[in-house]
Amino acid sequence: MIKAILIFNNHGKPRLSKFYEHFNEDIEQQIIRETFHLVSKRDENVCNFLEGGMLIGGSDYKLIYRHYATLYFVFCVDSSESELGILDLIQVFVETLDKCFENVCELDLIFHVDKVHHILAEMVMGGMVLETNMNEIITQVDLQNKMEKSELLLADKCSFA
Amino acid sequence: MALKIVKGSIDRMFDKNLQDLVRGIRNHKEDEAKYISTCIDEIKQELKQDNIAVKANAVCKLTYLQMLGYDVSWAAFNIVEVMSSSKFTYKRIGYLAASQCFHESTDVIMLTTNQIRKDLSSPNQYDTGVALTGLSCFVTPDLARDLANDIMTLMSHTKPYIRKKAVLIMYKVFLKYPESLRPAFPRLKEKLEDPDPGVQSAAVNVICELARRNPKNYLSLAPLFFKLMTSSTNNWVLIKIIKLFGALTPLEPRLGKKLIEPLTNLIHSTSAMSLLYECVNTVIAVLISLSSGMPNHSASIQLCVQKLRILIEDSDQNLKYLGLLAMSKILKTHPKSVQSHKDLILQCLDDKDESIRLRALDLLYGMVSKKNLMEIVKKLMLHVDKAEGTTYRDELLTKIIDICSQSNYQYITNFEWYISILVELTRLEGTRHGHLIASQMLDVAIRVKAIRVFAVAQMATLLDNAHMLTGNTQRNGICEVLYAAAWICGEFSEHLENPMETLEAMLRPKVATLPGHIQAVYVQNAAKLFATVLKSQEGNTDSTTAQEASQLMIDRLPLFVQSANLEVQERASCILQLVKYIQKLQQKDVEVSEEVCALFAGELNPVAPKAQKKVPIPDGLDLDAWINEPPSESESEDEQPKAIFSKEEPKHSRPRHTEVDEKELARRREARKQEQANNPFYIKASPSSQKVYQETPGVEHIPVVQIDLSVPLKVPGLPMSDQYVKLEEERRQKERAEKKKKDKKKRKEKRSGRGKKHDSGPESEEDITPAHMVDIVTEEMPENALPSDDDERDPADPHKALDIDLDNLESAGKRPLADSEKLPVRSHRAAEVLKSPAEDEEGENVSSLEPKKKSSKEKREKKKDKDKDRKKSKEEKKKKKHKHEEKEEADLLCGQADEPAFQSEETNEVVTPPTSTSADEAATVAAAEAAPAPGAISVTTPDSEPEEPKDTEMEETKSSKHKKKKQKREKEDKEKKKKKKHHHHHHHHGDKGGEESVQNGTVEEEEPLPPMSNYCLLAENSYIKVAYDIQGNLQDGSQVVVSVIFENKCDSFLKSMEFNVLDSLNSKLQRPEGSGPHDSLTIPFQLPPGVSNEARFVFTVQSIIMPQKLKGTLTFIVKNEESSTHEKLDFKLHFTCTSYLITTPCYSDAFAKLLESGDLKSSSIRLEGVNMPFHHLLARICFHHHFSVVERIDSCASMYSRSIQGHHVCLLVKISSQTVSVDAKCDEPTLLGNVLDEIKQTFSQC
Repeated sequence: MIKAILIFNNHGKPRLSKFYEHFNEDIEQQIIRETFHLVSKRDENVCNFLEGGMLIGGSDYKLIYRHYATLYFVFCVDSSESELGILDLIQVFVETLDKCFENVCELDLIFHVDKVHHILAEMVMGGMVLETNMNEIITQVDLQNKMEKSELLLADKCSFA
Repeated sequence: MALKIVKGSIDRMFDKNLQDLVRGIRNHKEDEAKYISTCIDEIKQELKQDNIAVKANAVCKLTYLQMLGYDVSWAAFNIVEVMSSSKFTYKRIGYLAASQCFHESTDVIMLTTNQIRKDLSSPNQYDTGVALTGLSCFVTPDLARDLANDIMTLMSHTKPYIRKKAVLIMYKVFLKYPESLRPAFPRLKEKLEDPDPGVQSAAVNVICELARRNPKNYLSLAPLFFKLMTSSTNNWVLIKIIKLFGALTPLEPRLGKKLIEPLTNLIHSTSAMSLLYECVNTVIAVLISLSSGMPNHSASIQLCVQKLRILIEDSDQNLKYLGLLAMSKILKTHPKSVQSHKDLILQCLDDKDESIRLRALDLLYGMVSKKNLMEIVKKLMLHVDKAEGTTYRDELLTKIIDICSQSNYQYITNFEWYISILVELTRLEGTRHGHLIASQMLDVAIRVKAIRVFAVAQMATLLDNAHMLTGNTQRNGICEVLYAAAWICGEFSEHLENPMETLEAMLRPKVATLPGHIQAVYVQNAAKLFATVLKSQEGNTDSTTAQEASQLMIDRLPLFVQSANLEVQERASCILQLVKYIQKLQQKDVEVSEEVCALFAGELNPVAPKAQKKVPIPDGLDLDAWINEPPSESESEDEQPKAIFSKEEPKHSRPRHTEVDEKELARRREARKQEQANNPFYIKASPSSQKVYQETPGVEHIPVVQIDLSVPLKVPGLPMSDQYVKLEEERRQKERAEKKKKDKKKRKEKRSGRGKKHDSGPESEEDITPAHMVDIVTEEMPENALPSDDDERDPADPHKALDIDLDNLESAGKRPLADSEKLPVRSHRAAEVLKSPAEDEEGENVSSLEPKKKSSKEKREKKKDKDKDRKKSKEEKKKKKHKHEEKEEADLLCGQADEPAFQSEETNEVVTPPTSTSADEAATVAAAEAAPAPGAISVTTPDSEPEEPKDTEMEETKSSKHKKKKQKREKEDKEKKKKKKHHHHHHHHGDKGGEESVQNGTVEEEEPLPPMSNYCLLAENSYIKVAYDIQGNLQDGSQVVVSVIFENKCDSFLKSMEFNVLDSLNSKLQRPEGSGPHDSLTIPFQLPPGVSNEARFVFTVQSIIMPQKLKGTLTFIVKNEESSTHEKLDFKLHFTCTSYLITTPCYSDAFAKLLESGDLKSSSIRLEGVNMPFHHLLARICFHHHFSVVERIDSCASMYSRSIQGHHVCLLVKISSQTVSVDAKCDEPTLLGNVLDEIKQTFSQC
């Protein structure tokens, strides 16, 4: 199970937070801060796994993260997930974002966090991995976006009429 | 053009979208919080608008703010509104917001059940998808129960996109509603072989999660998984399956044997590192499970270790990390094969990556031997010095202690070395593990007798240098060590070279700055040292030293007598008086040392940590049985009233102790001894413990070797463990040399010695003899200790509930699903639950006026369910006809208790409103549990799957449904009425009253209470029925909450309901900010036919002493397929004085005080011809008028309630032959008069 998925930048500013277990907002912020603190002080070429983090987890949980340019993608998972599998999943996630936003950069995540959530929802559901096939994810996301567009068009027409 | 620009800017002004918000926040870096608070105000305004697009935009922005840490729970209701938009775009925004901020205690979740159900069955797959995704984040036990069946249906949806989501979410449903596991399992299993790989993967995922917690229930699936493993090419699925096998093999070694081959093949063939790694992991698990039985798998172990070595040597740090992680698993069972890679692991200790160092540390634990322990620890100590972060350093510290203390200090050959390591560790700054070091010091000093002399010397040095440990307040973690040091010096003071010096060190004024528990130990042990000093001076003609000691004590102890810590104070003042007395005796030249020493005599033995737990319960002792007769109820009732009105005398005071006879004293002494025996810190003198000690095998026979004096006993300053490493080396060499000599001698003499021959080759483990024969005193265990009981599982573990035997489902014959296990299915029934018993019949009629036209697929389905329902119940009835009446009753009872069908209905239709009190909730739950219903239905299938066996049944029902329907209904009704007498109130809303009064202690009798409801009819016409209840707001003395239940009685949709009341001067309906005083409130839901729902309205009231009536209207649109009409319903809201009262518990003493105070005006009424049991009467007053019973004596009871504005209302209710007199007191006579009138009215009605 995945307990939380966090994206924050090199300064610890959250860009996306998805908790699959309830914490109140303060604790969530603390977790983000703590995770950032743990992750950011690590060198570039050390391993991508990290134990600890008092707030989230406990001994069964691990932080698995990847660092891309200005962003950290952090997954907090328990022992039922394969570590390397999750690393691959992060890769798939980022590649999907790249496809959907056409050369994704931090600004895309800043201004379209809702879209990022929708993409993530096609990959992970309630803390369990739903889909790992990038093409399938993109197809579903596109179809939903199309639907949204057609609805908006319709709404515009109505308002003009 | 210009117009367009204007329009655009207006849009901008009013609808700041998410991007604008983000941009704004970025532009207001210095006053972000202020900017956001203005944004939130804007959002609040937007949420008030009717336009759903504006609302959705606002909610979207809130989701972003939630991520930044702002609480947005206040908008929960708006989120629900957006969720229920018919447009996918908005729906998606709503569900996203809900998934981010809803959780189990979000009240409005209860309102979403119907909406989610509607979305789940939407023809648009993305509506369904979005609902499933959202639900997966905020599913509650209620939602899980109500929607389990809908989701199960979706598991067989035609679209794989829906199927995979439905399958995955089932895991969450199982967690929240474990009862759904059994009925859903067959279908879940079916999905393991779904043609779509995504669905298959989801099913594997769910079963793996389930099996991880309760593996034994899933063993039977092993063949299926085995097949999948050999056929699947999806690495993700393979990894999951292989992980699952890792969890299953410990339970079934045969499975392991079968797995080894395909897994080794995979290891050789796969190129995916993730898969390879998981294979290795599972092979390890298999080998562990086999290790006991078959040792013949060395090839596999070799393969694993080799592969892991490759991983560890890889330049990719991730692989290195995982390699070490897996290695530590092998270590447990095959330490030998790991130990050969010691070089590699020690190398990893120097890695720059902390995660890797930590893993390597874990491995070290298993790598140590007598030979290399000192070397490894030396290395670790170097790391301790270098370590930058405290976490890693603390980790190192604990590891050092773990490694050294493992398996009873097995690998320590020289305890002097270990003590000096511990002392060195005390120099660490800011560690959290002071207590760990302290407990090690204590443990070693107590259990290794031979080391005491050395330990005491070291501890004395520590005490002398205590300022180094305490000087800095930041290092206070380490001062725990002083606790150990003081205790060791005191307890083993006979080994001290200069007890007087240590005594002085322990009584320094600085000690008073230490934590209390340490000071207490200091004081107590100072006394022990004092005793030692006296003893050492015994027989010495010159008594100055002894007198100096006494004087020192007398001088210094007063400081501790003043301590704020009770323990310190108590000990210090005791000892001070004792020493004063001793000083007097000393001055008279009386020998006292013996007596003083006797205070602290006795040997102390360690007790095993679980000893207390393992004391077996003697035969014939029943811990649950009463020792005395339990005090009878009547007795306590007789006694209490006396105590209330007269002042209580302290009866149970000390004098009783004098009566205790000798026997009792002896018994107590025995008990105390027992207790002391189990207390590791109690110094005992009883010979019994000595006996136990002697009985421990082998301990006494080991000769205690004198300590090697090549090490100076008193190391100046603090000790250096390194010295010991060298010394130890020398010692070992010397020994080896001696042995060689001996061997030579032996050979010369050609005597056949012992069987063992020593190799002169490389030093083996056995060759190293410890420097001191270490007599580790074994820990004491009680006699007949029970065999080790493993720690139980955490009772709060949600997975415990999922430990359900699923094998029985395999073959249908074994144990088919009981009716009670079937998932709740929603069926259309009027919300009978809400009505008072008199109206029930009518309610049934309403439900039989079934909507005749139903367009959507969904509705058709529901109808089928219903028909099945009816059919079943009919069958049931047939069966029952042949049984005796009593049996029938019993059947009905269990049927009801088990029937979940109604539960779903209850919560769907009587949505408990957001502000419900806990008692309210409890009542609903209780009601749900006891709700009766005709037979539930197992599974509804969508039309797409015609081969489902139940369909035939459905067809049959369909054909004759119109005729049968009526008959069945009638029958059902009759049946219902029969049982109503007894059971109706269980599921009635009025049950709340029963609950409440039980809480207040009114209802002790078993006789059931008649059904009660506080909801009274507000207005009714042919479309709608409205009932209401008024309750005071606990928090606000000027508010009451009116809960209104709207029930759709017709077969059309009721929508756009608006509620309005003509405010009076005194009472006003609270309207949202910005709306006028005459605006009506929109009711936030629509009512499909036959459905009812509840809304709450808040009224502000000024004076509460008079009842009043408010006129109001309800307007709504009746919509059916052909037309929609606007309807209106007038009503009068009656605010009784009772409704301003709040049930408040009151204790009898407070009640008595209140009555005595004299501030209250009294009044009384008399009720004639009341023909009901007294407890019913009380329950009615409690329930309808919000009183609680303070106490009850026979046919007299005192009751209490409080108004929302704090008026006290006290009643004394007496009954004698159908006449009830109520004497009442209240600080507001008008209010009291009105309340009494209302009470009178309540009883005149029945």
